[in-house]
Amino acid sequence: MRATLSVAYGVAWRVLHNVLRNPSLIVPSLLFPLFFFTAFAGGLSRVSQLPGFDRSFDLNYTAFQFVFVLLQSAAFGGVFTGFGVARDFESGFARRLLVAAPRRSGILLGYAVAAVCRWLITATLLTVVALLAGMQVGGGPVDLFGLYLLAFLLNLAGVLWASGVAMRLRTMQAGPLMQMPVFLGLFFAPVYVPLDLLQGWIHAAATVNPATRLLESGRSLLAGSPTEVPLAFGAGIALALAFGVWAMRGLRKAEAAG
Amino acid sequence: MRSAGLGVQVASLARRSIVRTLRQPASAIPPIVFPLALMALNSGGLHAATDIPGFPTDNFYAFALAVPFVQGALFSTVNAGTDLARDIQTGFFNRLSLTPMRGAALLAGNLAGNVVLGVAQAAIYITVGLLIGVDFESGPGGIAVLLVLAALISLGFGALGAMLALRTGSGEAVQGLFPVLFVFLFISSMNMPRNLIEIDWFRIAASFNPVSYLLEGVRSLVIEGWDAETLALGFGMAVGVTIAATIAASLALRSRLERT
Repeated sequence: MRATLSVAYGVAWRVLHNVLRNPSLIVPSLLFPLFFFTAFAGGLSRVSQLPGFDRSFDLNYTAFQFVFVLLQSAAFGGVFTGFGVARDFESGFARRLLVAAPRRSGILLGYAVAAVCRWLITATLLTVVALLAGMQVGGGPVDLFGLYLLAFLLNLAGVLWASGVAMRLRTMQAGPLMQMPVFLGLFFAPVYVPLDLLQGWIHAAATVNPATRLLESGRSLLAGSPTEVPLAFGAGIALALAFGVWAMRGLRKAEAAG
Repeated sequence: MRSAGLGVQVASLARRSIVRTLRQPASAIPPIVFPLALMALNSGGLHAATDIPGFPTDNFYAFALAVPFVQGALFSTVNAGTDLARDIQTGFFNRLSLTPMRGAALLAGNLAGNVVLGVAQAAIYITVGLLIGVDFESGPGGIAVLLVLAALISLGFGALGAMLALRTGSGEAVQGLFPVLFVFLFISSMNMPRNLIEIDWFRIAASFNPVSYLLEGVRSLVIEGWDAETLALGFGMAVGVTIAATIAASLALRSRLERT
């Protein structure tokens, strides 16, 4: 256990050190969520006046979009860390790391810890900007803790998914494969209006999409009227566990590849 | 020995630009598929917005169809710029400058290739629009005008990408342009008509953003028919961006050839 933690600490420290010292790595992950938040909350606020919108969500549209962007930043915080894993394999660093690490599962843990720390910086900035932009908050501290915990689970799922891909393909060209499923998974959820107001094929897709449970529950926690919370946590934990297995198998494949 | 005329030089480089793009599926497919996927997702998610009083159509697909035209142009711009930067990085540009090839042909050839691909993309978007039941209010004549506008947009953004490639000589720097162009796309009337945007600063930013007028020019042909003012603004912006970017790219080319 001590060896695992030691490796994890070393990997996490290195990733964070690299990210924080390199503007081209940290700036996009900070700016993109803010940019999406601005574009959606600013450009589409009229959508909250649609009949039936206030029955599903009674805070302002800024709050409605904040939850989506918070979850999106969590998932992509994980994916961006996956890019780093791929870069480490391309540069040969990861192979040396595999040789040197006494417990290789610590490598995966280290990347995951780095992804969480990285996302916490983004989440803090996003929350401050949202509050300054007039976001309404209906939930108490426990509700808000639940919201951030859901985002944390998505962050974990994101980094484990992306790491699994990176360890299998071991090239930066795997970037679109890491990003696209996450992007589509999130956008097949009720991004702009509550689930009840979606119609047709997108309603059917959103209903079966696990991201919808996290999004709808996250919004209810922010509003202070929690719904579907056990289901959302179940979905979040299931995603993290499934991608944990995926990433561990990826690690084994990387080991086998030498 | 006589060198080939300017037209032959431009055609050769345009052909090379097109063939190179078509031979790289990773470059050719995303500019077509990704904008259509985003249109489908946005249209599904925002269909209810057509119930907002004053929304110009009851079919969000018709409203959103303008977005792939501009987004696809942004994608192919970055690809074209990256290809030109790669030519500089690999030394192809240096070797070319030792031949009787004229500088103007190099720029025009790359831009011509970008325009051909832009028009092909536009034709695909129009076909998809027709297949999903979008009525083009301006009719067949409007579709022809739409293709001309798409060509102009591709030319303008292509010149922008070329300018950056020639200035920096770096594919990474051109790729870095993509998020900036994406910001211009999102802070525009992409998802909502400007008169229905509630937040004042966003509406003002969208009104100062040339991309709004490009989108509205394309959109007017789809959902309104022949709206002279909107079309004039759309074409005006496209011509303005094209002239400014082409002048900047020509200056960057001259400077690059001097260094070479």
